[in-house]
Amino acid sequence: MKVSRKIVLHFPARLVEEAIAYRLVKEYNLQFNILKASIIPDSEGFIVLELTGEQEDYDRGVRFLTKIGVNIEALSQNVVRNEDKCTHCGACLTVCPTGAFEIEPGTRRVLFMHDRCIACSMCLKACPPRAMELHF
Amino acid sequence: MPKTIEEINAKIKAGKAVVVNAEEVIGIVREKGIARSAVDIDVVTTGTFAPMCSSGIYFNIGHSKPRIKLEAARTYLNDVPAYSGFAAIDIMLGATALPESDPRNKIHPGDFNYGGGHVIEELVSGKDVCLSAATYGTDCYPRKKLETWINIRDLNDAVLYNFRNAYQNYNVAVNVSDKTIYTYLGILKPRMGNAVYCCAGQLSPLLNDPWYKTIGIGTRVFLGGGSGYIAWPGTQFNPSVPRTEAGIPKRGAATLSLIGDLKNMQPRWLRGVSMQGYGVSLSVGVGIPIPVLNEEILAHTAVTDDDIPATIIDYSRDYPQNLPDVLGEVTYAQLRSGRIRFNNRDIPTASLSSYSRALEIANILKEWMNQGAFLLSQPVTPLPGIESGLAFKPLNYRPVERNNSS
Repeated sequence: MKVSRKIVLHFPARLVEEAIAYRLVKEYNLQFNILKASIIPDSEGFIVLELTGEQEDYDRGVRFLTKIGVNIEALSQNVVRNEDKCTHCGACLTVCPTGAFEIEPGTRRVLFMHDRCIACSMCLKACPPRAMELHF
Repeated sequence: MPKTIEEINAKIKAGKAVVVNAEEVIGIVREKGIARSAVDIDVVTTGTFAPMCSSGIYFNIGHSKPRIKLEAARTYLNDVPAYSGFAAIDIMLGATALPESDPRNKIHPGDFNYGGGHVIEELVSGKDVCLSAATYGTDCYPRKKLETWINIRDLNDAVLYNFRNAYQNYNVAVNVSDKTIYTYLGILKPRMGNAVYCCAGQLSPLLNDPWYKTIGIGTRVFLGGGSGYIAWPGTQFNPSVPRTEAGIPKRGAATLSLIGDLKNMQPRWLRGVSMQGYGVSLSVGVGIPIPVLNEEILAHTAVTDDDIPATIIDYSRDYPQNLPDVLGEVTYAQLRSGRIRFNNRDIPTASLSSYSRALEIANILKEWMNQGAFLLSQPVTPLPGIESGLAFKPLNYRPVERNNSS
């Protein structure tokens, strides 16, 4: 069974220069999509990843990460749009760091690309009708 | 052949009027030319939906037993202060009012989750609102305190009355400073990291009738989902700003004071909004039909986003200090592309005015007329034009000298 999960990996400084993502692909057949990352040599780092693969591979991959000292958290926050409240003004467009909002050509409605969202919550208070909600 | 409003109304009643929105008219004029289109089209509908802070409501609650008069009372609606310095039980609430308990910007930027605009939205939604008032008693109005739920269906009169709506063009806000600022045009990133505009451009009512040839006092309009009227020129009415050759104002120019029955309005078109670090407001939906009385009027409705310039203003220094400086000009077509090129940089753009909702309003107005449910009104008197010499003046600041010894 295929699974796809958004997780946050916290690296200790000693692991920052390891080719961890490469091993997830090569040895565990996992696909990854980096949603957000902060990695600076010689200091701690984190990556928000969407990890996709067979359940068995996913579990093995997570065990591998834990074993080498990566702290894993589920990205449990989820930003959703309350469609009743959104007025499609577009105030969110330049606030979102990952470009998760786009204007649909023609209708000029604001599209929310949930797959690009990293749940950073920047849009929550930037939205005048407060249509963006954080769910746990 | 010029048409009259009576002739167009007769066509609307007969279901024969040709009504198009201000976006559709652009293509029709391109294809058929102005002369032909002016014969074919009877009405062009416009729309805009954006925060309009100078909006408010007034209503009459009916008399209690025993009677209370709120004339000098402290009056609150869901803890938001209202104004009741009128005859006994008339109450007015402004869109930007905040509960006294709101922390404002004490921890900057404040959230401003709830205020007058939200109370108006809840009232229009049919929700109960808590009225509380305390005052002094008199022989004829003995009651001193009142706390009760009120509902729009029980109010004697409920009227939306806005001092200033539907600005004819507006600023594009940027921030040239090194830190993020929080404004009524939203969050502005440092070093011109974004640009925010707030205008429906080619759909905007007053940009389709730049010289106020048809839009005047007494014009019937779409207001908040119901119908209303233009009551007066809006406050800060300023027709004498610089204009393009075609007459389009390059800055905020005319404004409208609008009035309508709140009981016929809908929360979809009256929406409380929160501007982080700034305050609260009310997004208002306004749509105005433009009768095509002659070719000149039609030609103006064919205005496109390419033809409408907007002025870029720095909101980190020039706006707050009320300096006249203008950084530059861009068109709404450029703004709507998602990026503007300015000072050799690409600046991402965002809008506070909902174009899709503006279009929806123009289409509702069109539908109302197609069904014969909305007739045009003849303005009672025109709005002041450029010949009026009317100009929006800054405050004549005259410091008050206090005598410290008294």
